[in-house]
Amino acid sequence: MDLNFSPDDSQFRREVRAFVERALPADVRHKVLNGLVLEKDDYLHWQAALHAQGWAGPAWERRFGGTGWSAVRQYIFEEECAAAGAPRVVPFGVKMVAPVIMEFGSPAQQERFLPAILSGRQWWCQGYSEPGAGSDLASVKTSATLTRDADGEHYLVNGQKTWTTQAQYADWIFCLVRTDPDAKPQRGISFLLIDMRSPGVSVRPIVTMDGAHEVNEVWLDQVKVPTANLVGEENHGWTYAKFLLGHERSNIAGIGIAKRELARLKRIATLERKDGKPLIEDPLFGARLAQVEIDLTALEITNLRVLSAEAEKRAPGPAASILKIKGTEIQQAISELLVQAVGPYALPLRRAAMTAGHRGEHVGPFYAIPLAANYLNMRKLSIYGGSNEIQKNIIAQRLLGL
Amino acid sequence: MDFTFSEEQTMLQETTRRFLAKDYDFATRQRLRTASPSGRGETVWRTFADLGLLALNVPGRDGGLDGGPVDTMLVMEALGEALVLEPYLASAVIATRAIAALGNPAQRAALLAPLATGASVAVLAHDEPDTRHDWRAVASRAWPVGDGVVLTGHKCVIAHAPSADVLLVSARLGGREPDAPLAVFALPRDSQGVRLESYSTVDGVHTGDVWLDQVYLPAGARLDGADDTETALEQVLAVGLAALCAEAVGALDRLLVACVEHARARRQFGVPIGKFQALQHRMAEMVLHIEQARSMSYLAAIQCLDPDAAARGRALSAAKVVVGQACRFVGQQAVQLHGGMGVTDELKVSHYFKRLMAIELQCGGTDHHLALYARQLG
Repeated sequence: MDLNFSPDDSQFRREVRAFVERALPADVRHKVLNGLVLEKDDYLHWQAALHAQGWAGPAWERRFGGTGWSAVRQYIFEEECAAAGAPRVVPFGVKMVAPVIMEFGSPAQQERFLPAILSGRQWWCQGYSEPGAGSDLASVKTSATLTRDADGEHYLVNGQKTWTTQAQYADWIFCLVRTDPDAKPQRGISFLLIDMRSPGVSVRPIVTMDGAHEVNEVWLDQVKVPTANLVGEENHGWTYAKFLLGHERSNIAGIGIAKRELARLKRIATLERKDGKPLIEDPLFGARLAQVEIDLTALEITNLRVLSAEAEKRAPGPAASILKIKGTEIQQAISELLVQAVGPYALPLRRAAMTAGHRGEHVGPFYAIPLAANYLNMRKLSIYGGSNEIQKNIIAQRLLGL
Repeated sequence: MDFTFSEEQTMLQETTRRFLAKDYDFATRQRLRTASPSGRGETVWRTFADLGLLALNVPGRDGGLDGGPVDTMLVMEALGEALVLEPYLASAVIATRAIAALGNPAQRAALLAPLATGASVAVLAHDEPDTRHDWRAVASRAWPVGDGVVLTGHKCVIAHAPSADVLLVSARLGGREPDAPLAVFALPRDSQGVRLESYSTVDGVHTGDVWLDQVYLPAGARLDGADDTETALEQVLAVGLAALCAEAVGALDRLLVACVEHARARRQFGVPIGKFQALQHRMAEMVLHIEQARSMSYLAAIQCLDPDAAARGRALSAAKVVVGQACRFVGQQAVQLHGGMGVTDELKVSHYFKRLMAIELQCGGTDHHLALYARQLG
């Protein structure tokens, strides 16, 4: 047993660090490290920089233009990017639909979509959830009916998707649609790729409690989708959906981001004062901070154990659920302590002040500006990607056999 | 980075497990606990010696197996699984390592061999009523008298003291000042002036308070082989803490298995209670606690010999916090899940609960280590 990274992997970490230091635009880093609002271009610039380096597909095989990195190297890469203040890689293309297209898509689909995803030319969003299908994803109702008209054979898609993150930026959406209304719920689902510019697609913003426009409703009204955009076989979509969720959940612990946010918390707790001393020296606050740092240390090792098991091809299975629950609990705990650390100056919620280069007045310390919005926003973590309750079901049923 | 164990290490754990499964089932353990005056079975200890477990922490230069904390961890997991009452941690890990680290060659030669063969049991009598987990807070005194010393003090809640042939007693040497040098003395437990008050702790371990009333010791009793007794002693306690974490992980694992079995077998409202989501989620939370505890037990085993005292202390405190919280959560929820039967003496669940309760308090409780950890944040 050895908790150290191999010399090769440590060398790799230094290379990544040097690259991020060089390639990450200073303004983007500033926004990420201070919790300011990111624009679409910020994500695109970073994706372009990664692409130029050949690192846009950390989990992709080389034959598709990926890096071919081991799970350990992907972990190191994500950790270094997060620590340095790089924006997260928008997951819907690179991490979600791309693996499905690689595994189940036709050669034509692979050729058409994968290079565009890698370069950032195509922004993707995810059409899974519906108003009536959240945790119970198999009950999706959006229908796709095979029809033939003057344009040839295509699917006619009708329905509503929701909680669609950054649909307002997206060029494409991958959707779970019902192609056989008479089959058992899981049997009648197909996986369709839909061009967001198709007639009949409309996007309506959902404003969340932090005042952000991050998620949307996507309405599909008589949308014509060429049959060439069906992934794999009709009515086999549930298999692909589960495959995708398996990928979504790798690296789900968010260790790198949590470490960065914890460092921010410690900086702030050193600057804030209580009883004439830095807040970090307050026994109660210090104990809370210690608890979350300790939990994060434990989760980091748990995560490395899972990676190590993956490397030996011992499938992690419900391990991803463990990582998701603890990872989101820790990130939420940090967001909570950030608010507690600044006290009343956490309360002003002025999104304008969260924009880089904001020249207006703001009250309280600069670092306090985004903390309330951040805390409010972080509530989503335990809900998305399979709520933490669903993750506990998975542990109970698949790990414990209950 | 590698979380696998060598073939020898796996074999060590499996051999220990096999023996315990065969000769130390729960019924046997209960019989030994109540029927034998020492609370122990002599054949068990002898078999430990035969399996090499008692020589595991003896250095190679002293004829031992030179095992490391990871080897010890694997043995301790197995002992925790079987809820073993033998003084393995006290004698074969802590006292053995204390003699190896602190003793001079003659003392090591005289004391380690009987420990490795199982002929003798030793315990470190270190904690005192005012220690409260601060291992430096030693009030016992050793006054120089001629070539020897006279020892005075009170050592409290010393696990397995009634089984011990040899006591390793810590004391401040030569004065009342709190910064007087710390020394450790090896003495036969039946030395004149040693009084033992025996009792059983909640977890069934035969334990005792030890009073040292003007105990005269010759010059050779002081373990004087280390350059720096405090540092050496701290490292021994660090290995002991890591081993305790591993024992907890073994016990936690088995307790969860017992819960899952019970949830499958016990029927209410016409279905196994394991079908109820409230209980499923409770057991999923147990899994989270246990996996985090296992991770920290690994970290403790790896870092307990770290020469960087600050890093070592941080890792061990962090480990004890996570393990202690797991002990409390899993223990309490396991009893809850078993309903009325969970609180009975008959079921093993209550005995796991009590051992986990003891582990949480030993080597410094959760809050103590959380506060220690917090102190170095600023």
